Amino acid sequence: MVNFMLNGEVVGAESDADTPLLWVLREELKLRGTKFGCGIAQCGACTVHIDGNPMRSCVTPVSAVDGRSVTTIEGLATPVGEALKTAWTEAQVPQCGYCQSGQIMQAAGLLESNPNPSDDEIVNAMNGNLCRCMAYPRIKKAIKTIANGGAMS
Amino acid sequence: MKRQQQGLSRRSFIAGVAGSSLMMSMGSLVSGCSSEQASQALASGDLSKVFSPNIWFEINGAGEVLINIIRAEMGQHVGTSLAQIVADELGADWSMVSFKHVDTDPKWGVMVTGGSWSVYTSFTQLSQAGAAGRTLIIDAASKLMGVPAETCSAENGVVSAGYKSLTFAEIVSNGDFSRSISEEELAAMPVKSAGERKVIGRDVRNLDIAPKSQGSAVYGLDAELPGMAYAMPLLPPTRYGSKVNAIDESAAKTIPGYIGAIPISDPSQTVQGCVVVAAETLPAVMKAVKAVKVDWSAGPTANVDEAAIIAEGMRIASDPEGGTLYVNEGDIAAAKSGAAKSMAATYTTATALHFTMEPQNALVEFDAEGRCHIHAGNQWQSLILPYLAQALDMSENDIIIHQYYLGGGFGRRLFGDQMIPAALAARELGRPVKLMFDRATDSRFDCVRSPSVCAFEATFDADGALTGVDHAVAAGWPTKGMAPGFLGTGIDDKGKFDGFSISGADHWYSLPSHRVRAMNNELAQSTFLPGWLRAVGPGWISWGVESFLDEIADQIGQDPVAMRMGLLDGAGKNAGGKGSTVGGAKRLAAVLKDVSERAGWGREMPANEGLGVAVGHGQERGMPTWIACAAHVVVDPSSGNVTLKKLWQTIDVGTVVNPDGAMAQAEGAALWGVSLALHEGAQFANGEVLEQNLDRYTPLRMSDVPELDIAFVDSDEFPSGLGEPPLIPVAPAIGNAIFAATGQRVRELPIRLV
Repeated sequence: MVNFMLNGEVVGAESDADTPLLWVLREELKLRGTKFGCGIAQCGACTVHIDGNPMRSCVTPVSAVDGRSVTTIEGLATPVGEALKTAWTEAQVPQCGYCQSGQIMQAAGLLESNPNPSDDEIVNAMNGNLCRCMAYPRIKKAIKTIANGGAMS
Repeated sequence: MKRQQQGLSRRSFIAGVAGSSLMMSMGSLVSGCSSEQASQALASGDLSKVFSPNIWFEINGAGEVLINIIRAEMGQHVGTSLAQIVADELGADWSMVSFKHVDTDPKWGVMVTGGSWSVYTSFTQLSQAGAAGRTLIIDAASKLMGVPAETCSAENGVVSAGYKSLTFAEIVSNGDFSRSISEEELAAMPVKSAGERKVIGRDVRNLDIAPKSQGSAVYGLDAELPGMAYAMPLLPPTRYGSKVNAIDESAAKTIPGYIGAIPISDPSQTVQGCVVVAAETLPAVMKAVKAVKVDWSAGPTANVDEAAIIAEGMRIASDPEGGTLYVNEGDIAAAKSGAAKSMAATYTTATALHFTMEPQNALVEFDAEGRCHIHAGNQWQSLILPYLAQALDMSENDIIIHQYYLGGGFGRRLFGDQMIPAALAARELGRPVKLMFDRATDSRFDCVRSPSVCAFEATFDADGALTGVDHAVAAGWPTKGMAPGFLGTGIDDKGKFDGFSISGADHWYSLPSHRVRAMNNELAQSTFLPGWLRAVGPGWISWGVESFLDEIADQIGQDPVAMRMGLLDGAGKNAGGKGSTVGGAKRLAAVLKDVSERAGWGREMPANEGLGVAVGHGQERGMPTWIACAAHVVVDPSSGNVTLKKLWQTIDVGTVVNPDGAMAQAEGAALWGVSLALHEGAQFANGEVLEQNLDRYTPLRMSDVPELDIAFVDSDEFPSGLGEPPLIPVAPAIGNAIFAATGQRVRELPIRLV
């Protein structure tokens, strides 16, 4: 049994210790907003926060979050998170939408550590998140509306 | 495909009240049934025997409008665009409109989402259905208010006549409905002029965006049923002809929760040599699929590689008389025999993967009545149902595909072949089965974009003027593999061709002589299942057509834009006709003029930088979307690295129903064009694709996005399609820009300068 904080509540996972966190979240704990894309940490669809940092849950064994705090798209309720979800709607970012939970989690991690990123810093932070619909211009635009305290002021 | 078309009579619009809701639908009455019967059936919810609606919407007692959408949502916000068309004519309050994506049912007729067809093929019917609904509501309102119907108007969910008005909610709650409108009345139904539209052309919130921004949108992979087993496939070394010799489960049996390995025997022969591994949990099946060892006899294509497929394409494309005749203007033989000079070039494209972010999956359950329920996102339900019926030896009417959001379509989900092993495994196990492909298996099972070869020969007279172009196209044909009933017949009544894999060769340039032949690359066809990938044939054919035009311009010393403008004269067959072809080649010339001006065509460029242009007419000559593209590249002379600095497009798609959604599609499709030109490409090795995951397959990332400048022509013409066309001219515009920058002509996609 691995115990950790999930979106602010203590949970216990019964899956084997080597089970990727992604599948514990999706199949055991039924939180399916976090997505499976590549399984090798190259697409970012599975991004969650572990102790506030964006991590790829598809290659993170659940044992690695024992006693730690995990946040998924469903629990992203920080001011930055709420602002991002609003910005995503305002900029009409998603197309198929499948990667967007991961994009938002990655962007939230960026803005928590750097509230006012430059264009280059946005690209560097987001480049590991594949959007197959190629909605990149709008992802960038939505992040920029929050940078400088835009939507959060 | 014909199933739903049989026994249908003329189109009608019927209305009926069910509970507190007004149901309205447009479709075809089944022969022998009256519109009164259809009205009653509509109200009772059992329509299938009397009426086949392809449009069905309802207004409840609160005035909320619910529109059923038969098209798949895969990022194009199609439900929003189609609902806008109905809502505009209906006079609905947009904030009260919602829609749902329906499951398969014979009553819906053909269900397909592809070809950028949705708005183009639905616009007239949806407009008429909305107008018919408005007529009924106004009729009812006029009786309630005691005023003549002619004095009433419907707007924003309210019917008004002078100082009197009633909301849709009041009218539906109190009005008298139950009538039908005949085909003749429908055809005469007053449809709004462009200036009267209130919802079409307005930026509205796409109704699918909010759940996709909250993590709450439900995709096929998110579906769950009680008691379901998890399953993953083991695929054979070749797509066709492999046989399972033995399955060793000894290691897998030690895994807690392991259920078994099921060799799939598919009577439809769609999925061959597949073994499905099942377990109680997903983590268990992920371990088991690695532990089960299968010994296969490989099929005959186990040694085929990319070079062999391209070489075969080159071989058949070089046959001067081979293939199926598709275009034959003028006299190409005379042009060749009389030529003072000629030039030839051959263009190729490599294998490309769909790489939908959501891998293939299907959840299948047989209910107590023996019906098969399939939960999966799909683009062409009407295509896969007959395959499923054959695989399961069941009636199509007993197979129901439940629709979900698609985590990417791009043509991959036009074929639901993954449903077959899932359904056969569910029947074998006697319980629901959720089959999931991991990424590498998804790539190996992909119906990839076939490698292609375009061979050209241009002829010139003694004065150097262009006299003819001979064009041969060789590729694997998706339509031959999946929907052979849709193959076309050559214009000389000889041979077959795949229209989706030759479109684009029948371009809008006026040439003195022009011949096009389509060839099926049988080595490609037998090695893998060729697929429809975003933009399909025009995606590889225009690469050749538009690059070779630049070679011709260079040969005869003309400016590439000026030469194109001269050939886009709108003469003869290029004058255009009805629908979105109105204006013909002149509309293509207009967007080319606009984009060349905006890009500053003709300006001095710094060393190692260049501008290139190309045009495209969309997916099909019969429903053109007129697009011109300019690209600005920088080529590093030492490394050969190509940087795309800026891309301009001018798009004339006629009426733009959903402006912001249209721009999103244009941005995405144009960037797909960039990705296929510069960033992604696969190759066959030992009978299957070598690049199976993102460690080797490298689609465009945010850092690769160029500056984009996309403009739409303000037009009231009939709307065409947009999901694919902006992809088409991008690669040749980049190739032509590289030539301008370096003098080096690139003829292979993806572009690699070394």
